[in-house]
Amino acid sequence: MLRFILRRLLQMVGVVVVLSLLVFLWLRSLPGGTVSAILGEKATPARRAALEKALGLDQPLYVQYWQFLKRAVQGQFGSSTGVQPGVDAMQVFVQRFPATLELSFFALLFAIAAGIPLGYMAARRRTSWFDNLSVVGSLIGVAVPVFFLAFLLKYWFAINLHWLPVSGRQDPSLDATRVTGFFVLDGLLTREYDAAWDALKHLILPSLALATIPFAVIFRITRASVLDVMDEDYVRTAESKGLTNKVIRGRHILRNALLPVVTTIGLQTGGLLVGAVLTERVFSWGGIGEAVAVAFTRRDYAVLQVCILMAAITFVVINLLVDIAYAVIDPRVRTR
Amino acid sequence: MSNPLNPDNLDPRNKKQRIDELAAGSGGTATLTVDDAGHIEESTGVSLIASAWRRLRRNPVFLLGAGITLLFVLLAIFAPLIAPHDPTKGLLLDKVRPQSNPVPGPEAGFPLGADTSGRDVLSRLIVGSRQTLIVGVFATLFGLAGGMSLGVLAGAFSGWVDSLVMRIVDVMLSIPSLLLAVSIAALASRPSQWTVIIAIATVQVPIFARLLRGSMLAQRSSDHVLAARALGVKRSAIVFRHMLPNSLGPVIVQATLVIAGAIIDAAALSFLGLGNPDDRQPEWGQMLGKAQNNIFDNPALAIWPALCIIVVALGFTLMGESLREALDPKSRR
Repeated sequence: MLRFILRRLLQMVGVVVVLSLLVFLWLRSLPGGTVSAILGEKATPARRAALEKALGLDQPLYVQYWQFLKRAVQGQFGSSTGVQPGVDAMQVFVQRFPATLELSFFALLFAIAAGIPLGYMAARRRTSWFDNLSVVGSLIGVAVPVFFLAFLLKYWFAINLHWLPVSGRQDPSLDATRVTGFFVLDGLLTREYDAAWDALKHLILPSLALATIPFAVIFRITRASVLDVMDEDYVRTAESKGLTNKVIRGRHILRNALLPVVTTIGLQTGGLLVGAVLTERVFSWGGIGEAVAVAFTRRDYAVLQVCILMAAITFVVINLLVDIAYAVIDPRVRTR
Repeated sequence: MSNPLNPDNLDPRNKKQRIDELAAGSGGTATLTVDDAGHIEESTGVSLIASAWRRLRRNPVFLLGAGITLLFVLLAIFAPLIAPHDPTKGLLLDKVRPQSNPVPGPEAGFPLGADTSGRDVLSRLIVGSRQTLIVGVFATLFGLAGGMSLGVLAGAFSGWVDSLVMRIVDVMLSIPSLLLAVSIAALASRPSQWTVIIAIATVQVPIFARLLRGSMLAQRSSDHVLAARALGVKRSAIVFRHMLPNSLGPVIVQATLVIAGAIIDAAALSFLGLGNPDDRQPEWGQMLGKAQNNIFDNPALAIWPALCIIVVALGFTLMGESLREALDPKSRR
């Protein structure tokens, strides 16, 4: 077990090192390069040369990469130029991280709460109209552009029907106390229940939009996995032993079928971030996704490199954790 | 026990695991041989292809998907003949009133009305199918070409070449797909249709590479490759005539699914302001991306291209999914 974790950790370090190299080379090959990105196209040659020297851009490439690595490890990526001008890029990321985490958490919650039971039911009633309908529904869910769905939800439930707020995370007039940065949790901790309720109402539409793709994925994996398990010999054995349906379903089918679902949920983190870039933009959410979207249009490369690096590292770390959890649950994985 | 190696468990977003599983699904089932002239022949007996086709013909899901796809391709080819008006001319420009009613509604000869520049929406949708098809197909082809080169490299040479290629592929897979696409698009100083295509293609490279490498690894230890090696066939011949043709099944299926994803991703890039800014050649993703600016005043301008994208993406997905199911050796029973 320890060897398995150690091997995966080493692999992860390798991935992160190559990733940093790619991000470094990416920054170097941007149109106009880093200097133009910071100073703009119209800077005087003297200022450009001064900044090049200050940033160490006159050094050979491998020295520059080493410098980049040293700064990156200390979390120094320079100041934001477009998203929140003047603020340290790492700071921008840290400030906005709870917003995206809260949104992703609720989206994943919706996706799991709907995906697993529906997937299970579809598999149990294989080839029924319910099964066919939900399979086609999940395929349509993947075919709808996420930002279009977000617009539809916003248009219908917020602008037309006025059921839910149009944008943002909380009504600023509530002036809620901040503790953790997770607004619903903050409201509960400080007993400002109206603030928590308001934050929750703001969460519904964006997290529904963000949940569609993970929902479709979790639904289909659950369905396929339950179908697989239902054919297994040990389920037939359990049936012929005369075990009650409840025990067979819970202990023999569902517990075994959920193993691949766990892995899938881990793999959704990358997709959630992509979805967050699009939905946060529509709902002016103020999280990392929105920062990335704005950073691209305003060419804020300091914020971009932090976000790309951190997103990829988060993805790799979460999948490492999922793999370890999986190896704990299912011993056969360790030897593979 | 639920088998994570079952290709049925797979899904477009599951990157690494999914890719490996798909590759494993094709392993060992050698059904195609390619002769010197490059013709593909089915081996004797009931081949996987033949039995797959038999099942596909009767599969309503496949027929629906293939029907939508065929209709879309025909529309794209004959677009200029079908479109009632010139998609670039502001024919109803005099009826665009920015203050009261921003876009002209439907009227005789213009069943879907016009856009903010007074251009016929229906004609733009019909002609737009052409650029949409081009984006989907070329992004997939470029991604396929890049991924196949890397995959063949990794699959043909084991050892450090394989490790190096696969580490790079892993890193590319760890960057969320849209972020990667957008990063590539940002490298161009001026966005155009081709930067969109190249950006989307880049995202597909690691997926195709991993997929192909996986199925080539499965081929490497199969009997016909061992036999060829024992006969002293050159390595290049083994790779290109014995391993590669037999590994293409999952790659082709993936390509069908990628076309759908590419069309959706092109819309997302346009939404983020990194699409093709030149709208004289309409494309659905671009139309949808541009419609967001006044989506609450003119929702129809977003809804029509979005509907087209959804239907076509669904068509390719249905076709790809049923192809995968049909080619899966496990479902042959």
